[in-house]
Formats: sequence, C-alpha cells, structure tokens
Amino acid sequence: MKTSSRPRRRGLWRTIAVALAGMALATGGATAVAAAELPATESTDQFTFQGIIRDGQTPLEGVEITVTGNGVEETVATDASGAWSVGVADPGTYTVSIDTATLPDGVTLRGPEFESREFTTASTSQIGVLFPFAASGGGGSTGGDTGDTGNTGTGGDTGTGDTGGTGGDAADPGGGSAATGTTDNSFWSTVLARAVSGLGFGLLMALGAIGITLIYGTTGVSNFAHGELLTFGGIVFYATTTLVNWPVWIAVIITLVASAALGYMHDWAIFKPLRKRGVGLVQVLIVTIGLSIALRYFFQFLIGGGILGLSVPRGDILNVGPIVMRTGDVVSMVIAIVVLVAVGLFLTRTRLGKATRAVSDNASLASASGIDVDRVIRIVWVLGALLTGGSGILYTYFIGANIKWDVGFTVLLLLFAGVTLGGLGSAFGALVGAVVVGLVTELSTLWIAADLRYAVALLVLILVLLFRPQGILGRRERVG
Amino acid sequence: MDFLAILSNAAGEILSPTTAAFALATIGLNVHFGYAGLLNFGQAAFMAVGAYAFAIFTMQVDPTASLGWPVWLSFLAAVFVAILAAVAFGLLLGIPTLRLRGDYLAIVTIAAAEIVRFTMRTSEYSTVTGGSQGLRGQDYKGDIDALNPLTGSTYGFGPWTATAYDTWVRILAWGLVIVALILVWLLMRSPWGRVIKGIREDEDAVRSLGKNVYGYKMQALILGGVIGGLAGIMFVLPRAVQPDNFATAMTFYIWTALLLGGAATVIGPLLGSILFWVLLSFTGGLLSGLQSIGAFGDMTGTQAGQLRFVLVGLALIAIVVFRPQGILGNKKELSFHV
Repeated sequence: MKTSSRPRRRGLWRTIAVALAGMALATGGATAVAAAELPATESTDQFTFQGIIRDGQTPLEGVEITVTGNGVEETVATDASGAWSVGVADPGTYTVSIDTATLPDGVTLRGPEFESREFTTASTSQIGVLFPFAASGGGGSTGGDTGDTGNTGTGGDTGTGDTGGTGGDAADPGGGSAATGTTDNSFWSTVLARAVSGLGFGLLMALGAIGITLIYGTTGVSNFAHGELLTFGGIVFYATTTLVNWPVWIAVIITLVASAALGYMHDWAIFKPLRKRGVGLVQVLIVTIGLSIALRYFFQFLIGGGILGLSVPRGDILNVGPIVMRTGDVVSMVIAIVVLVAVGLFLTRTRLGKATRAVSDNASLASASGIDVDRVIRIVWVLGALLTGGSGILYTYFIGANIKWDVGFTVLLLLFAGVTLGGLGSAFGALVGAVVVGLVTELSTLWIAADLRYAVALLVLILVLLFRPQGILGRRERVG
Repeated sequence: MDFLAILSNAAGEILSPTTAAFALATIGLNVHFGYAGLLNFGQAAFMAVGAYAFAIFTMQVDPTASLGWPVWLSFLAAVFVAILAAVAFGLLLGIPTLRLRGDYLAIVTIAAAEIVRFTMRTSEYSTVTGGSQGLRGQDYKGDIDALNPLTGSTYGFGPWTATAYDTWVRILAWGLVIVALILVWLLMRSPWGRVIKGIREDEDAVRSLGKNVYGYKMQALILGGVIGGLAGIMFVLPRAVQPDNFATAMTFYIWTALLLGGAATVIGPLLGSILFWVLLSFTGGLLSGLQSIGAFGDMTGTQAGQLRFVLVGLALIAIVVFRPQGILGNKKELSFHV
C-alpha cells in the first residue's frame, strides 16, 4: 500500500467527523419520530401475542402455546374459553408455536407449517396469532395469500381466533407475497401470473442492479452497502408519506433527491478519500461491509425492528385476462421500464454517458483522453443511488406497501446475482440478469417451497459462474 | 447504572463458550483469508453445516439408543459426521469458485451461505431441520452431558462462574481452540504453509514453480472450513440450533474479530474474538446503562442496543482503513490485493 501523506489523512479524518456529526444530527431528529410512534405507556409488556384456540365453535382448554425470541421463552395454556395471551417487552421477531401434543385427539393443524411461525412486532401492540385446524376448523384464509404461509395476522386484528386470515398482505418482506394472483387456478394462468410478477420484481431490481454495476465498472468496488441505499429510499418514502402525510409526488421527489444526496455523500465522505489514499479494493470491499452494518442498524434504530405499513394504497384490483393485479403494480412496471430506457439512452447517446462507459472500460485511457474520471465517478454514485432509491420505493410496493429495516439487505444478494449473471460491469447485462433473477425467483415457487425461492436464485448465480463466469453479456477478459 | 455489573458481564465474555466458538471460526477464517488469501464470506455457513450435521445425526441416528454404542463413541461419530459435512461443503463451494477472481469468490460464498440458511429454515424440511424454529438443545445434548465428568453444581469464581455442564462445554471448546492454534502454528511453519502463503502473495509465481495452486487452495478452504464446522458444534452446545444465528451478520462479526486481532498471525484470531465480545458486551452494557439514567433523552433501551452494532460497523471501517494489519499483524504479511 502507498504511504499516506499527512494532509490526506487529515482530510479523511475531517470527512469522518462530518459524517458522524451528520449521523448525530439525524439521531436527534429520529428519536423524536420514534418517540411519537411508541405508545406513551412504558409498561414492561409493549406487545401482546394472543388468540383463541377453537375447533369449529368449541373452545379448546389447556392447549400450550410457546413464545420464544429475544431472550424470552414463555409457555401458556389456553383458558376455558380457549383464549391465551403472552406479553413481551421488546419489539423484534418472535416464534409462536403450539404444542400439538396438548391438542385433543382428532384435532390436527391444517398443515405442519402452522405449528410454529415467526412474527415480527409491528406498530400495533396486539398481534393475533391464528392456528387453523384441519377438519372442522372454520373458514381459514382461502383467497389472497399467494404462496407464503400467509395468515400472519399482524395487521392489528385483536386475536379473534379462527375467523379467517388477515393473511397475505402483511407477510414479512423477507418472504413477501407475490404481487399478482389469478382468477382461476389452472396451471398456465398461474405460470403467467408468476411470470408477470417476476418481471415486475426483475425490473425494479434492475434499477438497483444498474447502480451496483456502474459503480463496479467505474471504480472496481463491489458495494455491499448497496442494499442500504434501497432501504433508505423506502424509509424516506415511508417518512414523507406515512409519518408527515405529504402528497405522493412530493414524497417521491424528496426521496429521489435524498437518495441522490446520500450517493453524493458516499463518494465525497468515504470512497473518494479512500481512492486518494490508494486503499486496496479488498479493503474497500470490507469498508462497504462495515458501512452496511452501520447503516442497517442505524435504520433499525430509526424505524425499529418491525414491519411498518405505508399509508399510500396499492391501487385498485385489475383483471387482465386470467391475471389479477393491482394498478400500482402496473404503474411500477411502467415507471421501471421508462427509467431503464432513459438510463440506456443516457449511457449511449449523451457525452456524459459515453464518458461513463469509457471510464468503465479503461479508467487510465479515459483520463488520458481528457475525461475527468473523478467527476464521472461522482456522477455514477449519484445516479446509482438515485436509481436504487427509486427502486426502494417500488420495492416497498412489490412486497405489499410496507417497509422493514433490512429489506435492502435481503435483496442485495439477488441484486448481485443479477449483476453477476449479466456480467459484472455491464449495465445492459445487469438489466437482463436482474429480470432473469426476478423471473426465476417467482417461477420457482411453482415447484418448490416459497421460502426457498431466494435460494434458487442464488443457486442460479453459482451455476452461471460455473459454466459462464463472465456472465451472459460480460466479456471474457473481465475474469482473472 | 451499575458499572461493576457491566464490567463483570464484559469480563465474563473472556471465557464464555460463545467466545471460544467464535475464536475457532476466526482461526478457520484466518487459514482462508490470512494465510491463503481466500475471500470467504460464508464462514457462518461452515458453522451452520457443522452444527446441523452434528445435531441432526445425534437426533435422527442416535447410535446410543438405536445401536447401543457407548456414549463417547456416538459423540465422536456425530463430530465426525459434522467434519465430513464441512469437507463436503468445502468441496461444493470450492470446485466452482476457486478458479475465479477474489471478489467473485466473495459473492459466491456469501450466496452459498444464504442458500444453506434458507434450506435449513424452510418449512419444507422442518421434520428434520426444525424449520425456522431450529432444533431444541436437549434433543442433541444427551451424549455430551452424559460424558460430563464434573459433578459439582457450579465452578469458577466471580464473573467466570458456570454450571457443571457449562464448565464442561467451556473445557471442550477452549481445548479445541488450543489444539487448532497449535495445528495452525505448526502447519504454517511447514512447507505446505509456505506454499499457501506464496499463493496469497503471488499465485502465478507459485504456479510457475509447478505447484497445483487450485489443489492447495482447496486444501486450505477445507481445513479452515472444518475448523469452522467444529466451531459450529461448540456454538450450539450451550444453546439451541437457530438457523438465523448463522446469517451473514455472523460472518461479518467473524471478519471484524479477525481484522481486529490481526490476520495472518497465529494468536490474532484468539485475541480478536475475545476483544470483540468483551467490547460488544461492554459497549452494550454501557449504552443501556447510560440510557437508563437518561443520558440519551427519550431513546428507548432497544434503540440503545442497536447503536452498538452501528459502532461495530464503524469500527470495522476504521480498522480496515487505518490499521489493516490489526493489533498483532505485520503489514507486509497482509496482502489485500484481489
């Protein structure tokens, strides 16, 4: 590594100090927001898991329910009316399980997946947990839930027991439900619906993936903190629409501007000083991991560990042929396509876009031919963050109009899969790769469990590297 | 704010079995990254594979009950199965990726780690893996508990007091750490170790000397992975098997511990793990103590807890930028080239 000269070191310290000050400032504002959200009563049990266990209309007494998580492990038995409740102090993810041995003979759960499920505390303090039974167990959720275990009941319902699912929409973003469904259940309409949903997912991922690939192409940095740019977009959109109730178009503009500013900050405060210092690429990669951890927990600090619903509706239900979707889904797809075309035109038609591709190809040569490489990299950071922030808005809608502190990190590996699939450093490859990953993710649920669909996408990534390491559109020499 | 309790909790981490498990995993990662220069971001998956193989073998095959094996033999058999599983995972991971450039390896290992976690977590195989809930500790701790020679109720003093079972696990885990440290020390002084370090410095130079670089890398990946698998067993002995414990966050903490102590040194991983856990416990205690006396205004206790992970991230950045060789390392030994 090069030895660093004194003034440069001071420059880096200065920028870190500024970044910390900025963070502290944001912290001050954030605590106010968080305090307004939490209920005023500071009792020890902030959240209550509850429900009524009934077989048809008969309440079941003495059924044991266990809630575990965050250092809590509590088992309760249902009372004579079949009701149970467990209070927990901290927000977070808890596992609620039923001891099937304590159920009366002949009563079985509708499926083994209901025996134990995870719930994440949301803004509501009471969380209803449903345990549907196989034979006579009342009308469970039949519609709506498209793949996930559904039936999560986090949507503020106060535990009315088996009266049916609040289902689908409130599923956790890690395994969010597909955006589209079908009117009939024939195989091909399901395929079509999943394909449309996968296309939508792929297009919105393409926005983020292009950011990753442009940054990689121009600077050589694999940015592991890129998912946090996506979360940031979602959070700013949540704050401007749901917390302060501004109109959607203003919220979108603010989100995009804030995202672009964050991208600028990334380059100005962290990556440019590192470049000037001559820090190695692997070190920078680990820096992005540190940045990702810091930002992710900072987001959790701001909005808590639960899932927050957005106040902007997902639009009306729309029937197109056999497919059921919402107007919101159509709008996101159209927006994604328009933006992607615009980015494509920018890269191929404008001077700046050509300069970007030149830096991507060969930074020294570009610099020698009079291109200001630092300026191009700065623009790439701003553009990448802007696109990713925008995809953050769309992603909150894809998973059902909600936001969680680590959504970006969940998608990050899929973004990398798309980028690698298309060929690291190639913007058009990233588009193709992201769409392929989106389609694979959604279509795989036709044959395998929905909670394994991200695993399938990552498996595709590994297989591609095995047989065509340079990706679909990548060039041979990029791989050492 | 009880400052003594905070210090005592932090001091307790020095000997805790979790610290030992992390130290083991970090020693394994040190073989990968520190000595062989492999960017493995899936060390948590090696731990998960080891832990699940150990627990599932004990629960499903249960040779003590089904075959009448002596307790020590079935315990060793379970450990052996875990080692085999780690070797198999290493081969699976290494075959497609070790020919690729470093940053590709990083992306693939992190992806493979998530595939392992998703697979253990899915409700599809929950009869075997326990799904998202994981496996209960008492279902696989029978053998190890029966082997426990300690009969008293508690051992140790001050912050290092533990129950008989806990003390037994500590003895096993730290014993394993010492064995692994000696093994790494001996290996890295051997001709094999010199080739490995040569690969880290300049792969092409080693290849031009007629060495099979791919084979050596694979051996290093498997060796570090097996140590990681054993770390997984030690990690789940004091608790239950939870799939989400083996998320990417764990890999990143192992990296932080390695870089803190010093990569490419024998003692660095041990020092780094101990310091990481002591500091994490200390800052956690300090932040929640400061929060409880109202130093942060109306911040909640949970929020104060999250701040320390923000600090972990910032610490990782600071180490890598300002002291990439860590506390014990030698800057010349450490090569960060791709």
